[in-house]
Amino acid sequence: MRTAYLDTLYELAKKDKRVYALISDNGAIVYDKYRQDFSQQYLNMGISEANMLGMAAGMASCGKIPFAYTIGAFLAYRAFEFIRNDICLQKQNVKIVGTGAGEVYSALGPTHHATEDMGGLRAMPNLTLVCPASPMEVKKATLAVYKHQGPVYLRLGTNREPEIYNKDYTFTIGKGVVLREGTDITLIGTGSILYDVLEAAEKLATQGIQARVINIHTIKPIDQEIIKNAVEETGAILTVEDHSIIGGLGSAVAEVIAEYGKPAKFQRLGLKGFSEGYGSYGEVKTLNGIGIEQIVAEVSKVLFQKGC
Amino acid sequence: MYTEKQAKEMRKKEFQIAYHAGGGHLGAAFSVTDILSVLYFGDVMKYDAQRPDWAERDRFIMSKGHACYALYAALAMAGYFPEEELWHVGKPGSKFGGHPKLYDIPGVEASTGALGHGLSFAIGIAYANKVDEKSAHTYVVLGDGECQEGSIWEGALSATTLELDNLTVIIDHNKLQAMDKLENIVRMQPLGEKWKAFGWNVLEIDGHNHNEIRNALLARKKGKPTLVVAHTIKGKGVSFMEGMPLWHYRMPNEQELPILMKELGLVDDDLQQSEA
Repeated sequence: MRTAYLDTLYELAKKDKRVYALISDNGAIVYDKYRQDFSQQYLNMGISEANMLGMAAGMASCGKIPFAYTIGAFLAYRAFEFIRNDICLQKQNVKIVGTGAGEVYSALGPTHHATEDMGGLRAMPNLTLVCPASPMEVKKATLAVYKHQGPVYLRLGTNREPEIYNKDYTFTIGKGVVLREGTDITLIGTGSILYDVLEAAEKLATQGIQARVINIHTIKPIDQEIIKNAVEETGAILTVEDHSIIGGLGSAVAEVIAEYGKPAKFQRLGLKGFSEGYGSYGEVKTLNGIGIEQIVAEVSKVLFQKGC
Repeated sequence: MYTEKQAKEMRKKEFQIAYHAGGGHLGAAFSVTDILSVLYFGDVMKYDAQRPDWAERDRFIMSKGHACYALYAALAMAGYFPEEELWHVGKPGSKFGGHPKLYDIPGVEASTGALGHGLSFAIGIAYANKVDEKSAHTYVVLGDGECQEGSIWEGALSATTLELDNLTVIIDHNKLQAMDKLENIVRMQPLGEKWKAFGWNVLEIDGHNHNEIRNALLARKKGKPTLVVAHTIKGKGVSFMEGMPLWHYRMPNEQELPILMKELGLVDDDLQQSEA
């Protein structure tokens, strides 16, 4: 994802001199080519996330388009008030780019995990929150985020995410994507865990369960129609996210379903506390209850409630 | 001196604002009034009140947003909006609150209030102006208590690293904060030496002496941002407010009001007039 992001930012910087890459001493190596060719549009601000975002807001007030990048956990938590007062309150055209979504930095432990960032930032007025699922989607999302006038939080993984799309598609901020058709249950995910969700859907298919899979790549504003259709057409929804079950995708979908008022069985799968344990990303996800088998097991519970 | 006369008018208006609003941070506003008077009326800052968005303008950021009554008074006197708009600060329908807000108020360059934000924001402006090779200068007023925020020191490092010689930061060094004397709460001294050690072009002045203020605001050093430690008196201009922590956020009572009015040069008509 990082490479896809950087490749896209490189092209944007080439054609638009208002584009700036600000980084907080993270990702320096992957920025090598960018830095070499666009040194005038690159700043490593050092380890000072709050200062970087405040500065980005000031630059945006002069017409620049700063993409301020570092580990998402450091941006969303350390610099929260700067996101709020300097960027969102003032509607500054700053792109806040957080890497290491969820537990991607698995063995580095919970200080480096962005598992409450969406919860905190979803409440932020004027902020668009985009969480792409794959390298191809990162490219499309980065372009869309650049074209979007206003503050955006772009939630990225690292470099190892598999592609989930096998053909081109249209990416629109605020519009979810149906990745797989099905009528027994709808699995709604966001970010790179959608690869696991699709794997889970494959396994379910072998058991005769046809699961619809929806990619909510924009957490805010959320695509209400695609969720309402899922309620109508499948009657059961499971949200899956590498994030706390409080405040993120699951909460956002729950709000839509509750206000829609039509009956549906509903569960949220995600973290119930800080992430625990160490290992590969896959191992850490399993340790924290959001592995592929655990998605499959959770689907059975929801379907049992539904009465299937 | 013209700017001294303007400062006197500003303090009157600042009290009028507070009188109608029913409160405000008067001590901080009075403390910083002379600096703002020289900035706006002493042929220092380049601005056009008829064109607040003029791309070549100098910009001023009131990082200690709670001193905004001084900024409001200066902007009204500079012609950004009619002063009558100031007699409803903090009331329903007014675009003016207890802290300044971008877009709502012509001439305000940043929404401030939470301390420790204005410097980084101003660094962004100064940097953008520098890369665009604009001659515009950026000025920031910080509180001395505000310098207890860690983000100020992140900014202090960045501004010198980026060699922002188009940036001037003025610390309103009145030595008081909300609860007590600064030094009784956090040991800030030697304040100027700290900034010097961070690589700034540091000047120490009497923050109520208009000649010293003007010289400092116009001072530039190639490759370095300038930091002006302006020694000020919180509540300057009203004898019983000067240097008293109590007056961080308080209004005069019936006994104090006549003294304040006399010292600021206000008459009953001024308050009634603005009431109309």
